[in-house]
Amino acid sequence: MNLTCIMCPMGCELTATKTSDGYKISGNNCLRGEKFGKEELTSPKRIVTALVHTDRGVTSVKTSVAIDKNKIFDVMKEIDKVHLKNAKIGDIVIKNVLGTGADVVITKSI
Amino acid sequence: MNFDVVIIGGGPAGMSSAIASAQNGSRVLLVERNEALGGVLNQCIHSGFGLHYYNEELTGPEFANRLENELKKEKNIEVLINTFVTSIKDNEVTIVNSNGEQKVKAKSIILATGAREKTAANICLTGSRPAGVMTAGTAQKMVNIMGKLPGKDIVILGSGDIGLIMARRLVLEGANVKAVLEINPVTSGLRRNVLQCLDDFNIPLLLKTTVFSVVGENKIEGILYGNVDENYNPIKSTEKFMKCDCLILSVGLTPETDLLPDLKIMKATGGAEINEYYMTNIKNVFSAGNVLHIHDLVDNVCLESALAGKYASLSAQGKLSFSSPIEVASGKGISYVVPSVCYKNGEKLIAKFRLKTKITRKNIVAKSGSKVLAKKFMLAGTPGEMVTFEIDKSSAEKQIVVEVEE
Repeated sequence: MNLTCIMCPMGCELTATKTSDGYKISGNNCLRGEKFGKEELTSPKRIVTALVHTDRGVTSVKTSVAIDKNKIFDVMKEIDKVHLKNAKIGDIVIKNVLGTGADVVITKSI
Repeated sequence: MNFDVVIIGGGPAGMSSAIASAQNGSRVLLVERNEALGGVLNQCIHSGFGLHYYNEELTGPEFANRLENELKKEKNIEVLINTFVTSIKDNEVTIVNSNGEQKVKAKSIILATGAREKTAANICLTGSRPAGVMTAGTAQKMVNIMGKLPGKDIVILGSGDIGLIMARRLVLEGANVKAVLEINPVTSGLRRNVLQCLDDFNIPLLLKTTVFSVVGENKIEGILYGNVDENYNPIKSTEKFMKCDCLILSVGLTPETDLLPDLKIMKATGGAEINEYYMTNIKNVFSAGNVLHIHDLVDNVCLESALAGKYASLSAQGKLSFSSPIEVASGKGISYVVPSVCYKNGEKLIAKFRLKTKITRKNIVAKSGSKVLAKKFMLAGTPGEMVTFEIDKSSAEKQIVVEVEE
């Protein structure tokens, strides 16, 4: 099976072969590629970036790690509920959002 | 005011070159027309920056913040925001801000003004000019900085990376992205962006398809669109109507060189022709970042601009050697090489090139006459990615040609 790695802009073309205990990945140039290939075929994950409201306007956030792809829109809804007074880069806005293991973190001070 | 190095543009290129210039002993002025440093990174809230430069995956604003923190550590850099440069003449830069007009003397000047998006006029988009037609960068600013949606039913023309990234952003914020239209038979954006921005959200990508005409008087009502033939001419029989309230253009970038009309421009890049030291045809004027050639990675912008900053600083100190010039040219399979000239100075040449077509398992060689100076094996390569090539030029003669080996 062929996949394109999305871990970095190099976009390595990966080949996955089924083994007795999962998948074997080749074509990757780094370890991140191997992890991506295996996860993409079992439980695909994505980093989500979005905006939160503050008294001074909107500012940007990200999930600290990639979350299950099928939870993206649910996480977006949670992020949408947030309203802050102000925000500093690195602040955690939601801890372990919807039990995904990811924190929602401010990426730009406002 | 007198400075060793004056840098125009406070994006990643300007900030990296400022840091390098200061670290090489220069007094630096960095001029930015916006209210904050960081350039386009500030509105690129998505992730994927910095993997090569910081060894960590960052969002655009985080990358900009890191650079700005590094910049603040340098004592010899003065920063002016909300400041325009109106002209450059013979080592004199005219700046304008709320204090009025001022002349600044500089031993070296670095043009780090970035790029501008191609507009509806650039691609000769036909039909009316109603509200609701905008570039991907404008839409990005509206969504990510102002927190507003440009429309509810959106069509994107062009599959450039900013357009693909915006398709995902708009869907996440509740808009309906009806389709991405691409006139070419392949996407112009990175494959990974097609995957994670379009495929993840089932957004159709229509290849060999373009907008025939924009429909609507005051506000866009839709588009007439259809297929094109091999010569990019519309096939009238395929014409259809698609309703939309917003048309976003993601059709490429063009270096913003307007400030220096005397700059010698390289046709293939739209940026200045430079030598090994990033110096343009105008003495003591250097260029780096997207104003030099369009990059796909900010990481590369920073590495390149740091070199430009170093050389601009050395030039201000009169430490550059211009003896025994060697021409650098693109050969078979290469669309362009930067720089165009290098010198016998004992240093290795760090050249950048782009391929003409997709290749697999090929060698790239740098030749001087019949002598091979450097060889690089590429497992796979596409015209979309900029490649860095280190060349040992100690035994080179008049010319170095970079080409794909048969």
